[in-house]
Amino acid sequence: MTADSVHLTRRYWFSASHRLHHPALPEQENRELYGKCNNPGGHGHNYFLEVTVAGPVDPRTGMAVNLAELDQFVQNRVIEPLHESSLNEQPNFREQVPTTENLCVEIYRVLEEGWPGMESARRARLERVRLEETSSNFFEYRG
Amino acid sequence: MGAAMAATMGAAMIYLTRRAEFSASHYYHSPALTPEENQRLYGKCANPHGHGHNYVLEVTVGGEIDARSGMVVDLKDLKEVMSREVLEVLDHRFLNREVPVFHHVIPTTENLALEIWRMLAPKLEFCRLHRIRLYETPDLFVDYFGPAKDVSGEW
Repeated sequence: MTADSVHLTRRYWFSASHRLHHPALPEQENRELYGKCNNPGGHGHNYFLEVTVAGPVDPRTGMAVNLAELDQFVQNRVIEPLHESSLNEQPNFREQVPTTENLCVEIYRVLEEGWPGMESARRARLERVRLEETSSNFFEYRG
Repeated sequence: MGAAMAATMGAAMIYLTRRAEFSASHYYHSPALTPEENQRLYGKCANPHGHGHNYVLEVTVGGEIDARSGMVVDLKDLKEVMSREVLEVLDHRFLNREVPVFHHVIPTTENLALEIWRMLAPKLEFCRLHRIRLYETPDLFVDYFGPAKDVSGEW
């Protein structure tokens, strides 16, 4: 970490539904493992997503990251595809259970994949994704 | 309490966070950029009449628990330093015009967090400043852990 690096966190939200169900497990075992989250109709959450980037402050602009660019990036890569969707229908969740753990890692991967193309990536790195499923449950992933 | 337990407690590292709020206005203008570049980069934030925020500041100090007092820091000392060194300087001010450091430093949330660290660190000789977290809005905050500090996985 270089001198005077700051960690900037931006908070976003989206709504989505999911059903926790593992196709390799018998019905009974799915019900025991996932409880109400296994109900066939699925259920939804308002997810709150925090994206943290870290880097030194650019003395010309006073910023570590261009916030407008970051917002557009997260909007395009995460919010737009996931908001008001059924997570089980998303390509990445055809094979894996859309738990918030898995979703948190997927969001990090999608952001990490596109990050090098960002102008802000010249100074700042993607540091952390935090995903809140409810106000009582949240997960963090740093790659 | 046994001596061994007391010794363990004395060595325990603990972090204490004190939260405070202040309201201030600012605008963004970089003398290193052309007027067009300023407008493009900062958008509405470039309006020279400024706009305001209710900032929320979190100051975290770390240390060992004092065996005699059971505290890591005397909270009234911390409150007094925060109030004198930060809140009285920034609260209800137009940062660009009324706070001298921002005559030449752009008062972004990033720079404001850095400057608050610099205002506080020399005055907190009675404890160890660990982190400044500054919320500009509930959806945007900056953390700063001091110069050249590797904090990977520490927060």
